[in-house]
Amino acid sequence: MTADVLVECAHITCAYDSTVAVHDAHVTLYRGDFVGIVGPSGSGKTTLLKAILGAVTPVEGHVTKKPGLRMGYVPQVESVDWNFPVTVLEVVAMTRTAGRFFPRITQDERDGAIDVLTRLGLGGLENRHIRELSGGQQQRVFVARALFHRPELLVLDEPTSGVDVRTRHEVLHLLADLHDEGMSIVLTTHDLNGLAAHLPRLVCMNTHVIADGPPLEVLNSDVLERTYGAPMEVLIHGGMPVVLDQGNTEVVRRLGGLA
Amino acid sequence: MFAAGIFEPFEYQFFNNGLVVATLAGALCGLLGVFVVLRGMSYIGHGLSHAVFGGAAASAVMQLNYFVGAGIWGVASGVIIGRIARRKLIGADAAIGVVTTASFALGLALLNRYGQAKKSIEAVLFGSVLGVETADIIAVSAVSVLTAVIIFALYRHFLFATFDPEVAQTSGVKVAWIEALLMAMLSLTILVTMRVIGTLLISALLVIPASVARMTTNSFARMLWISPIIGAVSASLGMYLSYHLDTSASATIILVGTTMFIVVYAFTGLRGRSRIAHLHHV
Ligand SMILES: Nc1ncnc2c1ncn2[C@@H]1O[C@H](COP(=O)(O)OP(=O)(O)OP(=O)(O)O)[C@@H](O)[C@H]1O
Ligand SMILES: [Mg+2]
Repeated sequence: MTADVLVECAHITCAYDSTVAVHDAHVTLYRGDFVGIVGPSGSGKTTLLKAILGAVTPVEGHVTKKPGLRMGYVPQVESVDWNFPVTVLEVVAMTRTAGRFFPRITQDERDGAIDVLTRLGLGGLENRHIRELSGGQQQRVFVARALFHRPELLVLDEPTSGVDVRTRHEVLHLLADLHDEGMSIVLTTHDLNGLAAHLPRLVCMNTHVIADGPPLEVLNSDVLERTYGAPMEVLIHGGMPVVLDQGNTEVVRRLGGLA
Repeated sequence: MFAAGIFEPFEYQFFNNGLVVATLAGALCGLLGVFVVLRGMSYIGHGLSHAVFGGAAASAVMQLNYFVGAGIWGVASGVIIGRIARRKLIGADAAIGVVTTASFALGLALLNRYGQAKKSIEAVLFGSVLGVETADIIAVSAVSVLTAVIIFALYRHFLFATFDPEVAQTSGVKVAWIEALLMAMLSLTILVTMRVIGTLLISALLVIPASVARMTTNSFARMLWISPIIGAVSASLGMYLSYHLDTSASATIILVGTTMFIVVYAFTGLRGRSRIAHLHHV
């Protein structure tokens, strides 16, 4: 491994019982990367992230990490138990649990957590129950928890699912700022035009990796059709690829719109 | 209804012994029940109590000390069950059900074949305050203190591992150890409380106080002391009432707990209800 490699997934296959979720995927993450993983539902994106984190062990191949690499994980919001009795502060403090005993959150930790929360626009919400927040705030609480651990690599699972356009912009700006400060980032998304097309590097996958490169290279109708199994067209608008879903025109016709 | 005097039961040593064990048992089950309820694993309490029953019967037949025989059996099955459940394999709950029920059936068969009278089976199934010895008081006190100390010391580890085990793991929390510890504490709890509460009703005592506590608060820390208090109050009140009503102690304890549940359910209204609506398997 060269010095700039953070994580190398060497031809990994991951499976649950008999479902193969990821097959023979080779993905390397470098320092300074800002990578988006795209693919249809059930294509193994979350599983690949978990393999990177070490929460899922590949049945074949192996994952090598830079020794001592600190990672922060922001789970898919759907996987969080929003009914669990915890406050925002308790969630944020979680990532500094290792090696700490007794219930008390020290003043130091509290100050640090409030700093991170304030930076993410969540100042003053530290004593709220996690359920009593908007979708965008909930998302950011988990970003705050990941950042509280001061990670070198931030791993986010669908950070913009279920949020409005403005919140999506906020999340994107926040990630761009973090990336500018030197953090390496990998995320998954279903939002090709709103998020993926803005990133420097994309990995298209459907159980196996179909393409890996900058959006202008990988967002083309051939790759997309192989990834999503549906015909798609790509326009270039202002130097950026814009993905058009051809299924839409068919739907519009059937619903009698745009006569 | 109170044919006997209000203080009459306290004149009997057996009652006082039973009361101490039941109260501690209620508090202990209330404390560990918080984890059982929040992780939606009430079936594990059910399964473990059945597994421990098998161990108890086997140790009786082999003339081993109850705490040694059933203890080893219980902790071992607890840790194994925890492992299986965590791996989320398809059919894990069925596998657990089969294994623990088989352990239960084996226990029954052993008691039938070599066993003491029908009476002892009944005592293990439904619990009995009559057989409580000093050893039970010592055992339940020791497990209570141990459990309270462990949960207090490792509070943040338990919180993180319960809320989000995968992320806890990647943040350096020894999740496998925490889980094994939790299952071992649950097994020991079942072991030391089973003779009073009985195999069949112990899983209810693991679920009711914690569910009541959940309805009254949105804080994990507060749940950890409200739930044991509710458990202890239902257990001692249930014990006392059972003397006067001439009913089974464990059944009365559960009925008192259920009454509390209904009252709190009615009084906390929609807020409390929505808090437990999402608890799985309860
Ligand atoms: N814990 C699990 N147990 C069994 N099968 C699983 C588990 N998690 C995922 N799978 C299966 O593995 C495959 C890949 O799932 P994964 O969650 O990685 O997909 P994804 O790309 O993240 O999907 P989405 O976009 O819907 O989040 C799916 O077929 C899914 O059903
Ligand atoms: Mg996913």
